[in-house]
Amino acid sequence: MRILSYILKRLIYLIPVLLGVTLLVFIISHAIPGDPARMMAGQKASREAIDNLRHSMGLDRPLPEQYLQYLAGLVQGDLGFSIRNQRPVMEDMLDFFPATLELTLVSMVVCVSVGIPLGIISAVRRNRPIDHASRVFSVIGVSMPVFWLGLMLLLLFYRNLGWLPGSGRLDIGLDPPAHVTGLYLIDTLLEGSVGKFRNALLHILLPAFCLSYVYLAIITRIVRSSMISVMGLDFITTARANGIAETVITLKHCLKNSLIPTVTITGLSIGELLGGAILTETIFNWPGMGKYVVDSVNFLDFPALMGFTLVVSFTYVMINLAVDVIYAFLDPQIRY
Amino acid sequence: MSEPLLEIRNLAVQFFTYQGTVRALEGVSLRVERGEILGLVGETGCGKSVLARSVLRLIADPPGRITDGEILFKGRDLIKLSRREMRRIRGNEISMIFQEPMSSLNPVFTVGNQMQEVVALHQAVGRDEARRICVDMLRQVKMPDPDQVLLKYPHELSGGMRQRVMIAMELSCRPDLLLADEPTTALDVTVQAQVLAILEGITRQRGVAVLFISHDLGVVAQLCDRVAVMYAGGIVETATAAAIFAAPRHPYTRGLLQAIPRIDEGREALMVIPGTVPSLIDPPRGCRFHPRCGHRFQPCDREPPPFYEPSPGHRVACHLHAGEDQKRSWSRS
Amino acid sequence: MLDEFRRQYAWQIREFFFTVKLLRRNPSAVAGFVIITGMVAMALTAPVLAPYNPIQISLGERLGPPGGAHWFGTDELGRDILTRVMYGARISLWIGVLVVAIAGGLGAVIGAVSGYLGHRVDNLIMRAMDVVLSFPPLVLAMALAAALGPSLNNAILAVAFVMIPKFARMVRGEALAVKEKQFIAAARASGAGSLWIVWHHILPNCFSSVIVLGTLILGETILIAASLSFIGLGTQPPTPEWGAMISVGRKFLMDQWWYATFPGLFILVTVIGFNIFGDALRDVLDPRIRR
Repeated sequence: MRILSYILKRLIYLIPVLLGVTLLVFIISHAIPGDPARMMAGQKASREAIDNLRHSMGLDRPLPEQYLQYLAGLVQGDLGFSIRNQRPVMEDMLDFFPATLELTLVSMVVCVSVGIPLGIISAVRRNRPIDHASRVFSVIGVSMPVFWLGLMLLLLFYRNLGWLPGSGRLDIGLDPPAHVTGLYLIDTLLEGSVGKFRNALLHILLPAFCLSYVYLAIITRIVRSSMISVMGLDFITTARANGIAETVITLKHCLKNSLIPTVTITGLSIGELLGGAILTETIFNWPGMGKYVVDSVNFLDFPALMGFTLVVSFTYVMINLAVDVIYAFLDPQIRY
Repeated sequence: MSEPLLEIRNLAVQFFTYQGTVRALEGVSLRVERGEILGLVGETGCGKSVLARSVLRLIADPPGRITDGEILFKGRDLIKLSRREMRRIRGNEISMIFQEPMSSLNPVFTVGNQMQEVVALHQAVGRDEARRICVDMLRQVKMPDPDQVLLKYPHELSGGMRQRVMIAMELSCRPDLLLADEPTTALDVTVQAQVLAILEGITRQRGVAVLFISHDLGVVAQLCDRVAVMYAGGIVETATAAAIFAAPRHPYTRGLLQAIPRIDEGREALMVIPGTVPSLIDPPRGCRFHPRCGHRFQPCDREPPPFYEPSPGHRVACHLHAGEDQKRSWSRS
Repeated sequence: MLDEFRRQYAWQIREFFFTVKLLRRNPSAVAGFVIITGMVAMALTAPVLAPYNPIQISLGERLGPPGGAHWFGTDELGRDILTRVMYGARISLWIGVLVVAIAGGLGAVIGAVSGYLGHRVDNLIMRAMDVVLSFPPLVLAMALAAALGPSLNNAILAVAFVMIPKFARMVRGEALAVKEKQFIAAARASGAGSLWIVWHHILPNCFSSVIVLGTLILGETILIAASLSFIGLGTQPPTPEWGAMISVGRKFLMDQWWYATFPGLFILVTVIGFNIFGDALRDVLDPRIRR
């Protein structure tokens, strides 16, 4: 029950933050140059048509009222109207979301399954060659421009070696699988098209690696440093003095204590991945939300940009909440 | 004379650091008989903890290493055992409890989980039996509501309760020797008395020998059968508790006891031992205490004193207690 | 005059030289410092040492591979890429320094005031910081840069805005710790006002952590700024910014690999330099390691 009250407290704290987010997005939207009504109406519209449109959009009302109108719209799922695609931004988002989700999930799997073991090994074999190698790997990872990495990967694996495809989710000739989840890797298997599954897998490898490299580096560093600090604590000596084997000490006693910062960073990384996905999707022509927003920027489709910004930050906040809850499960000390 | 339970012979431990090699222990020899409580006293930094940890080979290498000597436990030299054999002894035949109850237990596992882990490791029993053993041990250390305690996390218990949990955990596999490194120093005085009483009771009852490390001479006087005094990485005097406190022979021991302020003495000023504890990177030649000793003479800055035995069972590492012939040969040279 | 300065700040001067001594012994610090100095030197001497004019078009030499005359090759307008990369260092470093100065300065003041005043003011300010931190940095910078209009200065403002809460949070934490210390109570007892205390006591104590954070954020700033230019929201052509160059180079990637490769390599190396130097600096200034 204490966990429930903890969750409730966190939720209550979040509400002003979420409101603040909407407010900030609203303010930025209104700093955008140009007249939204004119943009909607088109170049050739008459002044009268534009004024009518402006009135019907509520753009001649005082700002606070517009904000409330905006909030009311948000609650109903109205994120604005995309100028480029001439339909609600929400629909655009829903269309492009599965591709980004798939890429993010695969990247996360890579990050966690490589990063955590690498961090543990680095901590246990501290200052030996493998540790030095992984630290170099990490420094490069956090200093790497993601878009450049993508280009270099393309050069190597697509152009020079020809092992992997360079863009999209499937080869051009192939039709996408029947839509169940929107995640091609799952849908192709559900459909039984093994060939398409293989194709989709090949297509996702490079972007997933590119996207995950940075966060892999971060996770490795965090796991390593938190394991090292836990390994020096008294209760580890106690466990050793009781005859417990080193492997058990590392993987049970140390790791569970280290999981707390690790889970925190992993959770936050998911949010950051959404940001990094923007660049990765652009490089690999991955039809997700990231590429959508870059195309929108180039087209000056500001409602789409603002809609995207809002959705992404909301997701980020929710993920942080989820991380806090998991944190409470892992650390008995903070349930009070 | 039966074989001692633990016999340490000439133990030397060094730590390799940037500033130099720290000679933490040198020429340390000690015996613990079955069932006895041996007190190990000395100032902070004299090597008491290092000694205790060396017995269980808990010294981290790097930077520390056992460079000489033997540690005989039931006749076997612990230094020569493989890591696996050593693990079978830890928590099982020799156990250790530490000073800081606040941090000695893993905060993310329940007390029950940690205790049962140790029991299950060393004894071939099922889960229910292991649990029963743990509840039984908690009862023996007078924990209220033992079944509930097993489900609690360490931070839900007070310092005294945590230390009792430690005692229960370490004695659960029926070891023959318990190393207690300042177990009550971090506790409040009233809690201290409680925990000590429990510790004494349970170890006497089970015939567990205890190496009781402390810098609190009062506690040691009450609890211990015999006492060993350490200074700057070496043992300077061992005797029965009565002998040490009534008739201390080493100048350092004398200084220690004199430094304790007593109400019935009428003295105005506190007695201190002049000088400071020496650096262990570059310790004094000969007897490590000689620079601070008011009784030093010819051999003291040249030859490290061996153990002389001025009366049976009472050993002193001090040249003052050398034989007359020996002293005469020194004064002539 | 100089003696007056030396006397008043004697302790700080000693600490500074001690820090330098520790840094000299640290291999990461030395490597990072060498990289940073190299890049700064390149940036400062570009107008003098660069072989060509960065915006000089030479259509006859379009898209030439790296070779004797053009070590890094030429771009689609025949401009020398080496020269443009060297001038790019000026821009990236300028952006980095400016962003850290603005975000660090404002963020530190906000954090110090918030931490010192505490209670409702602190609550309010920190919630505001949380709001800004709720956005992935690149996303918010993009939105701001798009709203303000794509240009170098607007990119600087956008990134600075995104970085302010990081400084504010850290300094607030330090302020909370410092304000409990005795000398603060003493200052208040002698009648000092809150703002004076913040300026003269709280902020100086946070100085070294701000420097460390600043170094690390400098690296992150360069990455975000380059990303913005890559998308088209930062510097505009013909400015030779590294990210913008990669953006154009992408079009020619398959046949003219050198175009996108070299600018990105320089971004990587520069950010590595700041990151390892910042890490080493943080370790060296850690009070536990110092003694």
